[in-house]
Amino acid sequence: MYQFNYHRPATLEEATRLFSEADDGFYLSGGQTLIPTLKQRLASPSDLIDLSGIEGMKGIEAGNGVVSIGAFTRHAEVAASGVIRETLPVLSALAGLIGDAQVRNMGTLGGSVANSDPAADYPAAVIGLGATVHTSSRTIAADDYFQDLFETALEPGEILTRIDFPVPDRAAYRKFPNPASRYAVAGVLVADFGGSIRVGVTGAGPCAFRATAMEEALSADLTPAVARAAEVPAGNFNSDLHASAEYRANLVRVMAERAVSDLLAE
Amino acid sequence: MQISLTVNGASHALDVPANTLLVDIIREHLGLTGTHVGCDTSQCGACTVHMNGSAVKSCSILAGQADGAEITTIEGIGTPDDLHPMQAAFRECHALQCGFCTPGMIMRAIDLVEKSPDLSNQAVREGLEGNLCRCTGYHNIVKAVLLAADATRA
Ligand SMILES: Cc1cc2nc3c(=O)[nH]c(=O)nc-3n(C[C@H](O)[C@H](O)[C@H](O)COP(=O)(O)OP(=O)(O)OC[C@H]3O[C@@H](n4cnc5c(N)ncnc54)[C@H](O)[C@@H]3O)c2cc1C
Ligand code: FES
Ligand code: FES
Repeated sequence: MYQFNYHRPATLEEATRLFSEADDGFYLSGGQTLIPTLKQRLASPSDLIDLSGIEGMKGIEAGNGVVSIGAFTRHAEVAASGVIRETLPVLSALAGLIGDAQVRNMGTLGGSVANSDPAADYPAAVIGLGATVHTSSRTIAADDYFQDLFETALEPGEILTRIDFPVPDRAAYRKFPNPASRYAVAGVLVADFGGSIRVGVTGAGPCAFRATAMEEALSADLTPAVARAAEVPAGNFNSDLHASAEYRANLVRVMAERAVSDLLAE
Repeated sequence: MQISLTVNGASHALDVPANTLLVDIIREHLGLTGTHVGCDTSQCGACTVHMNGSAVKSCSILAGQADGAEITTIEGIGTPDDLHPMQAAFRECHALQCGFCTPGMIMRAIDLVEKSPDLSNQAVREGLEGNLCRCTGYHNIVKAVLLAADATRA
């Protein structure tokens, strides 16, 4: 690992100032993606700005049909939170499926969504629930947030501070985990907002997206068979040693079918 | 950078480069070599210790993140004459062969049993997802964790 300066600011203003003063600053959240990257020397920041000391980026609140979670909330906290298990159980279940226990004890919501790994779990919830992403300077709608492979609407230096998840009538998440890493080869979150269905997909494409044809079909007829039969264009899907694009498209249909079964069984 | 942390009950103030990993503080600076480095890529769990009461991979934590933390390593849970119940269960069930993964397995297993009172065979297997063993085939490890969980509850 290359040498860097380490900072732990107490406020957002201080953090963004440190970033703008640094030659090549990087924010550090749980470190479960960034530290392995630094160890492989795939990044060489001049300054690491640790976000763990910023009080405003923590905490879980629920009310007015929204669950609001600070970006510096660890996966294990989301999985164990009584408030989230009560009001948005699909999210605590999803968080409990991320990686392994040690990773969940360090990794954070904000780090995962800022990083936007194509195979990460949280992006399926951000998209599938139509969340609002709050940053140090603005709010961004889920549909505008994910842009491409590891590319989001965040500008350099912008800090993801909090995410508001609307609470659906019911929802379910299913993923096909890579057996070694547990990352999603494909993951699908299906949410029912008063008969209007949202489907968030991760793992399959360069970043999380809505399966719009499937949403329309399921909004008309919410059954597992409809999810299985829905059109899922594999055009820009990922193809790698784990799965071809066509196989991923099929996995999306199968995960959606299972998620709809779970949702109907609630 | 200056950091202070408590390891197995003893406080330490250290001056280390900012890119020092927690596992290097434990092994190189404090000489506690029971914590192993297996993969160095955050996969294997051999480096698992407790930080503020939760199992974490010490090869994936920077010195600054551990500043002010309470750390427990395999050296901090029992002695040869007075083994921790998890250590006793691993011995009883022959849950190790080469022993390389064992410190990490035991630290994660203690955390698992503390946080999940009712453990099934499947829950133990899932709970140990972040710890790899290349020798045992896991069966005896799972047996040991279930035995220790029973012993803890009794
Ligand atoms: C063995 C292993 C298995 C894993 N399995 C899974 C899995 O199954 N599913 C899954 O979803 N993930 C998985 N992960 C990734 C894990 O969830 C990470 O915790 C997560 O991707 C990154 O979160 P972090 O808090 O650790 O962020 P960090 O590693 O600290 O940061 C990640 C990136 O985001 C930037 N960043 C961090 N926070 C912010 C912020 N608030 N604002 C702006 N930029 C920010 C950083 O600069 C960095 O570039 C796995 C990781 C490991 C090591
Ligand atoms: S050495 Fe830390 S996870 Fe393998
Ligand atoms: S006993 Fe050899 S790696 Fe587990």
